[in-house]
Amino acid sequence: MRARSAGRSLGAGGRRMADAVLFEFLHTEMVAELWAHDPDPGPGVHREQRHTRVPTATCSASASCPPGCGALCVRKGQNMSLSVLEGMGFRVGQALGERNPAWLPPSSSPWAPQAWPGDPPASAWPKCLPLPPRLSRETLAYREELDILKFLCKDLWMAVFQKQMDSLRTNHQGTYVLQDNSFPLLIRMASGLQYLEEAPKFLAFTCGLLRGTLCTLGVKSLVTASVAALPACKFQVVIQKS
Amino acid sequence: MAVCVAVIAKENYPLYIRSVPTENELKFHYMVHTSLDVVDEKISAMGKALVDQRELYLGLLYPTEDYKVYGYVTNSRVKFVMVVDSSNTALRDNEIRSMFRKLHSSYTDVMCNPFYNPGDCIQSRAFDSMVTSMMIQVC
Repeated sequence: MRARSAGRSLGAGGRRMADAVLFEFLHTEMVAELWAHDPDPGPGVHREQRHTRVPTATCSASASCPPGCGALCVRKGQNMSLSVLEGMGFRVGQALGERNPAWLPPSSSPWAPQAWPGDPPASAWPKCLPLPPRLSRETLAYREELDILKFLCKDLWMAVFQKQMDSLRTNHQGTYVLQDNSFPLLIRMASGLQYLEEAPKFLAFTCGLLRGTLCTLGVKSLVTASVAALPACKFQVVIQKS
Repeated sequence: MAVCVAVIAKENYPLYIRSVPTENELKFHYMVHTSLDVVDEKISAMGKALVDQRELYLGLLYPTEDYKVYGYVTNSRVKFVMVVDSSNTALRDNEIRSMFRKLHSSYTDVMCNPFYNPGDCIQSRAFDSMVTSMMIQVC
């Protein structure tokens, strides 16, 4: 019995480490793949080549584009890839919002699954994390927006990034600023001002994730992110009143 | 064993509705439709009461002479409605709860399916077979 639970928790721990690394790698590859190519290819590059490297809906690869169009096309391409990334995050956030909070029955009830102490439940979370005790009941827990935002900061961030958000501020009029001082997707890049220009595109997916989770929980919002110094970043959530 | 199972979206249109094939399936659709009022009433009533104790399982919504209707709502305001035969007295509350839990679990899996667009009708065969397993076997 003891060996079985030890084996289980070892397996869960191993899965947890691999999940985080796999997700970070997948995310980096997604950004690399979707991000439009170098906006300034240099004076030696032919105008046609500049266009063919950028997939946009409006500008096809032809030499008939006006001279100033190259940079605009690239910017459109970059904006589109940012919104594609954000859209992916949105869809994932919608699914995550449905899975959370887990709706396991209280452990005292007769039909609760028999779990070993300290053993994370396999079914509810994508990365087999131990559930915070408050969520393991069949309850509708959200009284108001602030509760939902607190859920995002604590439980969603714990589920996806294995840490909680560092601070949540609000002006009580529908704007919330979530601050993470060591964002896991930026932490491997730099710690300071290096790569500051490249950092925002690595936040697009996470913005979508926040927006998707909020959407499932019934809150329409607009999420933007900003980086002042890696790896700290801020997510600004503005609730849209319909 | 249920006679009719329905999944209703937040905007109160059916994502999935399936009933035992009888001569008058429309009456089940009608029952599910009228039960939505009761669901809304229960959700808003609970909103004023002790919020922490609000359960996802709503219990018996209303009984008719032949059938009983049970409800369940998720945090994303998706409702599950189940109609069972009144004559089946062996069906206890526990079993209804566990049926709803299975429904919720399968619905979560459907949501996580990348081929499913949220808001579309549910066409997953896995979901279908799970619902079949909890419906009365007729014919």
